[in-house]
Amino acid sequence: MADLTNNLNSGLSDLMSRLRSGMPGGHAGLMALLTFLVLGFSVLVPNFASVGTLQSFMYQLPLLGLLSLAMMAPLLTGGLNLAIIATTNQSALLMAFIMRTMITPESSAGTTGAVILLALVAGLALCLLIGLATGVLIAYTGVHPILITLGTKSLIDGISIYLTRGMALSGVPEAFARTGAATVIGIPLVFILLVILAVIVSIVLRRTPFGIACAMIGSNIEATRYSAIDTRRVLVGVYTMSSLICFFAALVMLATFNSASADYAQSYLLVTILAAVLGGIDPFGGFGTVGGLMLALTILQVISSGFNQFGLSNYLTVAIWGGILIFVAMAQTMRPYLAGLLRPRGDGPQ
Amino acid sequence: MRDGVPSTSAQSALTRLRRRPEAWLLVVILIVGTIFSLTARDFLSLPNIIDLLETYSVQAIMAMGLFVVLVSGGIDISFAATASVAQYCAALLASQLGLPAPLVIMSGLAVGAILGCLNALLIHYVRITSIIATIAMMSVSFSLLMYFSGGKSIYTLPDWWTDRIVFWQTETESGDLVRITLPIVAMVVVTLFTWAWMIRSSAGRQLYAMGGNAEAARRIGIDIGRLQFVAYGYLGLMAAIAGMLQAHRVGESVPNAMYNTELAVLSAAVLGGASLTGGIGTVPGVLLGIVLLAILQNGLNLLGVSSYFFQIVIGITILASTSLTVISSRRGRRHRILAEAPANG
Repeated sequence: MADLTNNLNSGLSDLMSRLRSGMPGGHAGLMALLTFLVLGFSVLVPNFASVGTLQSFMYQLPLLGLLSLAMMAPLLTGGLNLAIIATTNQSALLMAFIMRTMITPESSAGTTGAVILLALVAGLALCLLIGLATGVLIAYTGVHPILITLGTKSLIDGISIYLTRGMALSGVPEAFARTGAATVIGIPLVFILLVILAVIVSIVLRRTPFGIACAMIGSNIEATRYSAIDTRRVLVGVYTMSSLICFFAALVMLATFNSASADYAQSYLLVTILAAVLGGIDPFGGFGTVGGLMLALTILQVISSGFNQFGLSNYLTVAIWGGILIFVAMAQTMRPYLAGLLRPRGDGPQ
Repeated sequence: MRDGVPSTSAQSALTRLRRRPEAWLLVVILIVGTIFSLTARDFLSLPNIIDLLETYSVQAIMAMGLFVVLVSGGIDISFAATASVAQYCAALLASQLGLPAPLVIMSGLAVGAILGCLNALLIHYVRITSIIATIAMMSVSFSLLMYFSGGKSIYTLPDWWTDRIVFWQTETESGDLVRITLPIVAMVVVTLFTWAWMIRSSAGRQLYAMGGNAEAARRIGIDIGRLQFVAYGYLGLMAAIAGMLQAHRVGESVPNAMYNTELAVLSAAVLGGASLTGGIGTVPGVLLGIVLLAILQNGLNLLGVSSYFFQIVIGITILASTSLTVISSRRGRRHRILAEAPANG
């Protein structure tokens, strides 16, 4: 009898560990939460389970998703990039500025295309520059990333606000906006962009020496340095990567808002950290997967969509996001206690 | 400030001083102050300085609370939200129910302390990292405040709250009225109390010990859990005081007036040498951090520089001063003597 239960127990834990290392990176709890939320909203909200909801969901997710990806890479190394929103905004501003000053109503399709290309290259170069500068500052001064990126955020935001006087720049060419709103077999292009980038980031972080070095730095930077890894170069790489993802976020932002401003999406900054931690990324670094992050983002967006259709305030949605994070963290802490409570009762009679 | 370390000679005292972030900060402040006093005529005038003190008193009080949490090895992002909630609750009690002053102030302070203790609860018992727990708490408390208040300001604060309380006043030759008002006095009292408390009381020293190494502190018998509640509760209390003083200054309670000040206060505290990893930092240093940001903003204003430019200056200041501090302390690290205590008060 004891053997049987032992076998059963080890079989169960085997199954659990296999489930945990499965596709979305061992997030059975989050999966359950997501299923529960989707089912709940489908029953309670009349038009929730519809193609329209799914499509608006796919339009809304990419911006927050890309920004969270940009936040995730530094988090994995035990750092933080508070400048992601500022970088995104400045890159979007630069692209919008180039497009609106160099494209006149009478310019031909060829010129328009060339200018858009130029704008994209300029935006990408700006992000590259910001990322390299941030990375070098963090890697070579050894100052805590919170401080450095607080400084760069302030600096970048300051430059954007100073140059635009806080105004929004609109006037994105028709062709660009149309591409942003386009769909492929019903799936928005921006959503496809998010999926492609998520897959790329996931492969980079899990399958390349660079990604493994990132996780090692997050666990123990000194030990990583002693294993003959150039930690400084990896850190520069991480912040450059984070900044480059911001370029794609800037594209999505331009395409969805048709304008750029220094203070768009500022409230997303802390939400990206929240999403990353909800997705199982250790804020001290070392652990976390893109799959978990995407799952957490889906949960946050489902809550937001469902509540919007309920007609509830946006503020309440943010409050619930915070509540969910606390709840999930509590569940993680409680699990060992609960398991400890259950075990003696099962083993007792034998 | 460095108690119990006898200085062997004037030279070693000087080299020790060079390694203190406060010393560097003071040099920077003196340089910036000299430049401004030479270029902007009104900069060093008494009315301007008093005005500056009053403007930054709210941030300084919050910085004192945040300093205690930083020393204990934690971080708190939620204090601006806490201040808003405490302020709005107190304003509701005062304007809707017409409660007497002591009751309103007590309940405002209680709200702040409770929110702070809630943070400590999440951090100590639920074991959420402090930055995550306080971000979550910030979104919960601020969003709920905006939801329930509907973003509406309260303009009907009672007279006892909005009347200026002047402790001392004088008239300069040019006819300007100079007044030492309640916010300045409150800031001085809070600063002196925090300073004395962190250096002279056993709780303060235990907080330093815990920030330096929590496990070591626990093993010598320090109650870590109690200290977490003390640190975050103190910050909640300070946030509540700052929130009510802010309403006192502007004469109304606006739910999102203090939102987004948390990063400014955090950068001031860190500029002043409070370490994000805990155990290091001094009250004068944090105060100097606030002073630097204050005179930068004020001096640029007096010079007629666009206020849009200010954020660029803050960014450069943070980057330059933190990098400078780290580089200078790294140079000194090689020659550090074992007998020297870490720089903590």
